[in-house]
Amino acid sequence: MKTSNDCVNNNYLEYVKSISPKTKQKRSLLRAFWVGGVICLVGQGFRYLFEYGLGMSGDELSSYVSMVMIFLGSFLTGLGVYDRIGKYAGGGSIVPITGFANSVVSPSMEFKTEGYVYGTAAKMFVVAGPIIVFGIASSVLVGILYFIGFRIF
Amino acid sequence: MKRTIYFKNKPVIIGASSIAGPKESEGSIGKFIETTLNDDMYGEETFEKAESKMLFTAIKKATDNAHKKETEIDTIISGDLLNQIIASTFAARNFSSGYLGIYNACATFTEGLTIGATLVDGCYMNNVVCASSSHFSSAERQYRYPLELGCVRPPQSQWTVTGAGACIISTEGSGPKITASTVGRVIDYGVIDANNMGAAMAGAAADTLYTHFVETGLEPDAYDLIISGDLGTLGSRILKDLVWEKGFDIEKQHVDCGELIYNICESEYQGGSGAGCSSVVFCSYIMERLRENKLKKILIMSTGALLSSVSTQQGDSIPGIAHAVSVES
Amino acid sequence: MVLEVLFTLLKVFVVGGAICTIAQLLINYTKITAGKILVIFLLAGVVLQSVGLYQYLVDFAGAGATVPICGFGYLLADGAIKGAKISLFKAVTGGISSAAMGITAAIVFGYIFALIFKSRSKRN
Repeated sequence: MKTSNDCVNNNYLEYVKSISPKTKQKRSLLRAFWVGGVICLVGQGFRYLFEYGLGMSGDELSSYVSMVMIFLGSFLTGLGVYDRIGKYAGGGSIVPITGFANSVVSPSMEFKTEGYVYGTAAKMFVVAGPIIVFGIASSVLVGILYFIGFRIF
Repeated sequence: MKRTIYFKNKPVIIGASSIAGPKESEGSIGKFIETTLNDDMYGEETFEKAESKMLFTAIKKATDNAHKKETEIDTIISGDLLNQIIASTFAARNFSSGYLGIYNACATFTEGLTIGATLVDGCYMNNVVCASSSHFSSAERQYRYPLELGCVRPPQSQWTVTGAGACIISTEGSGPKITASTVGRVIDYGVIDANNMGAAMAGAAADTLYTHFVETGLEPDAYDLIISGDLGTLGSRILKDLVWEKGFDIEKQHVDCGELIYNICESEYQGGSGAGCSSVVFCSYIMERLRENKLKKILIMSTGALLSSVSTQQGDSIPGIAHAVSVES
Repeated sequence: MVLEVLFTLLKVFVVGGAICTIAQLLINYTKITAGKILVIFLLAGVVLQSVGLYQYLVDFAGAGATVPICGFGYLLADGAIKGAKISLFKAVTGGISSAAMGITAAIVFGYIFALIFKSRSKRN
């Protein structure tokens, strides 16, 4: 039986590649840059607010800032605005923490029709699940390596 | 091996109806679409239910347009893009007719026409409905990402048509006649990019078209229009190139439903796709022109990309299929 | 004072923008999907912090380095390393406890907004 690999017709794929429309490189990079920069500026704004306005510092400060950013990302997703930003900015809105919030909320909203347990809750991490998995797993690895390191040296 | 069927008794398309969402209704063939919706939820709670209701409406109105009673319809042949073709089956439970559920992705409509015409031509049945539907939002969830996820659409991607089309094929009556049909072959050139369906389907379309010309002995000039299903701008260009390589020039006759259905200048994308794309265009604009006798002989060839979200995840390439049906006024 | 703040904001903007531009380059040239981009950037943050480099970027650019997802990786690695100084238990749980606010916020806000809002169909 044929597998997908047997079907590969390199001449055809080359030809398709040669006539496929190209992403507008400069434009997309510029958009990612300024939107990404602005989102970070918003984060910095909250940082100043919490630092000088509420007298927070250290881990507490950065935790609250990321909480606010996640709130904004989720809210804009709910309003149906974030995917517009994403379409415009690409990487500029995917990479900030607001994009993480977007990837949590969007499947959750989408699958609400399948119920509040198996839809909203279970499908919440369809897109963002790997981030939690790899993040926590790698932090445990780093922690253990450092623990061994500290005990040896 | 022969893949072309000739219908001796010339089954007649006695009625058709189309329904489409707001984006399609604003497009270049919008004014030919019978039912246009302002809201693509169509008063339902979910996109899947809306799609099913659209299909139901299209079948119902097509029956009315053909001046047939529901009880006179022998069988409904229908398909869509949802898992286990639920839009079709759920629409069919409203009717007392028989039901054949079919799936060939976006080529479902011409597959249905072929089966329907065969049943009618063989005098096994008198009136058969052929229908297909698709819905942007339900397809997007199934094949791609959640609607609200902020991701970039690559420039080679297409837009799934929200709409449904149905037509009634009958042994007698007035209307365009189905004269021949070429059954397509599954062809895979190893395209992996699920966003570039035009390229995945163009190979199959070229093969079907070439086979049709060779087996019938016709030249492209024999047709007023050669209509491909949903190849989009890029796929259409590939099709023309591939067919030209084999010695047929379809430049003059070729149009693509995907290119036709939206005002293409409005975005950078390739045009429409989906099982509803060719059925909406055929059951509105093309039927109208055939009835007016402005088009005398056309070849409609819906094209399908036979992928699933599972096969894409597992890294398989995308096989394509295309069935061609020749219709004369 | 004003000049200093403006200069910091400029640093935030440039560093944050630059990180996003790298992501866009990856999208343009490699066809990597959004989910994988996020994982790559997260792991980059973890790795850079575990060799002690990301801290410099955070000190330099503030939110420009912490708001992108690699800042989340930085937080996880930072917590784990700090915990490792204390005990094995803290080494294992340090990462997730320093990132607890982010994960909790995502789940809680995510669920609440998913209850309130509904996915809309798109026109373009």
